[in-house]
Amino acid sequence: MSEITERTPQAVLPPEGGPARGRPSPLGGVLGVLARQREVTVFVVAVALLLYFGIRYNSTFVSQTNLSNLLSETAAPIIVIAIGEVLLLICGEIDLSVGFVFTFAPFLMHYLIDFYGVPAWPAIIISLLFGVLVGWVNGFLTVTMGLPSFITTLGTGFILLGLTLTTSHAYPANIPASTVGIGRWIGAAPWSQFIIAVILTAVFYVVLNRTKWGLYTVATGGNQLGAREAGIRTGRIKYGNFMITSTLGALVGLQTAWYTNTIDPSAGGFQPMFYAVTAAVIGGTAMLGGQGTILGAFLGGIVLATLLNGLNVAGISANPLNIVLGAAILFAMIINVRLARLRAAGRK
Amino acid sequence: MTAEPTPTPATPGAVADAQGDVLRVEHISKRFGAVRALHDVNLHLGKGEVLGLLGDNGAGKSTLIKIICGFQPPTSGKLLLEGQEVSFRSVDQARAAGIDTVYQDLALINELTVYHNMFLNRERTRFTLLSNRSMRRTAREQLDRIGVSLPSVESEVAQLSGGQRQAIAVARAVTSNAKVLLLDEPLAAMGAKEGAMILELIKDLKKQGQVSIIVIMHNYGQALEVCDRINLLQHGEITFDKLVKDTSVQELNDIVIEEYRRALEERQRQEGQQSA
Repeated sequence: MSEITERTPQAVLPPEGGPARGRPSPLGGVLGVLARQREVTVFVVAVALLLYFGIRYNSTFVSQTNLSNLLSETAAPIIVIAIGEVLLLICGEIDLSVGFVFTFAPFLMHYLIDFYGVPAWPAIIISLLFGVLVGWVNGFLTVTMGLPSFITTLGTGFILLGLTLTTSHAYPANIPASTVGIGRWIGAAPWSQFIIAVILTAVFYVVLNRTKWGLYTVATGGNQLGAREAGIRTGRIKYGNFMITSTLGALVGLQTAWYTNTIDPSAGGFQPMFYAVTAAVIGGTAMLGGQGTILGAFLGGIVLATLLNGLNVAGISANPLNIVLGAAILFAMIINVRLARLRAAGRK
Repeated sequence: MTAEPTPTPATPGAVADAQGDVLRVEHISKRFGAVRALHDVNLHLGKGEVLGLLGDNGAGKSTLIKIICGFQPPTSGKLLLEGQEVSFRSVDQARAAGIDTVYQDLALINELTVYHNMFLNRERTRFTLLSNRSMRRTAREQLDRIGVSLPSVESEVAQLSGGQRQAIAVARAVTSNAKVLLLDEPLAAMGAKEGAMILELIKDLKKQGQVSIIVIMHNYGQALEVCDRINLLQHGEITFDKLVKDTSVQELNDIVIEEYRRALEERQRQEGQQSA
């Protein structure tokens, strides 16, 4: 759609006309930086929120426990899933099922260890590989069968939920004792989830911005036909990003199980996925394909977690909290759209 | 326009086939179910030659281009590249063999920079990381060499005008060491100034003589200006093959007018049958 609007008004500019446009006014310069480095806006918002809650509710908000709660328990799962969603949103797809991989993965680990006697490490790895499998199925249905990913992942999500509830009889399970030691490193220790989220953010930042995979992900979402004509296997890119997202979902599911020290059939579900998409949007990822930022999703996750945690500390109940969240999403999206228009205007 | 009724010499291969053609298309046919898109098409392209491919909408021009560039296989017939028979199963294979295409829809990615577009699918990497600096420098050099001026290779392609985008698409193909370049309506939807820039670019490439070009065009004047030879495709068959110096806008126009006249007669006859 954007392509048509880009092309039809044939601005017949000779190439020499170029430099004149590139001389920005001071205000235009600031807007330009904001527009190009979308992350800057979110960064400012995140810092402002942290400062606000930090100063206002000094004693409770700035405690070790609360900060590790905020960053590890609340922000990290949002961030890790958001990384996957950003990749998918950039290539023009979405994954609604990721939260149900989150739910099922720790149960799978539990079944493998406690019912089939599989050792801890293989069981963990198989549970993560289960995420790869779900991603493959999502890719198959979306790319090969041609379903819209919104429907594909809605379907696979419900199937996974049913699978979880049926096999667990909707009862929580205990963490297999053999995984407790490993679980401390990956999820249970106060800062481990956040540290892993930071590492994954860094890794996927590089993947998106400095590798062929990232370039092809943008190309796939920006102009799928064009990318294909250039010889890029866009289907493979989508398959891969579905697999990455589901695997990240499985990882977060395991981490959360270790952190909360229980395997809970009501953990996960749609909520982490919606939070992740929210973080991506707040961070500046457009839902139109071709554009998105991993760093923005990371910061968006922090903003979201700060709001969730801070309003909680401030004693505001969970019900009006949703009003604030909804408004924040809309506000962020309005800014995104405005900035995109500013950018477009700056070109002409 | 003087009504000089030139008879249409519908003799394929009017120009003697030169030895050492870069590309030869032999007896290519393509069917889509019951639809016959191409029928026994023969075509040849000499080294450094610019061949204009003209024809009505739906005559099969794009189908022919898509077969040559590996996007789809022919139903029958063969392709010879520098005397060797080739059959491509993908655009990648054709490109690796030296046949590169600039599509009507350009295949540029708006969201990527000029240099990333120029290196799309043949990026330079070091330890799996993109070597952006090296690609930037080379893109700049290559654009300078073929005479395309742009403010910056770091601009996103979306920020460029239609002519600049086309120039980048052409530059991308040329700099991939293509032996054969297929241009699918490079002047479509382009203003006069921009069109002139692209025609200039094609002429420069011809002068450099490194690449042989098949170009689909609609405007006969422009075609005669840049091409060495003209082939006309009608209803999936090549019906006309002449050097530019042996033909004229007038002759080409007459052929097309004749085609319209026949189509009109056909229609009237069918309507007559229906009412009878």
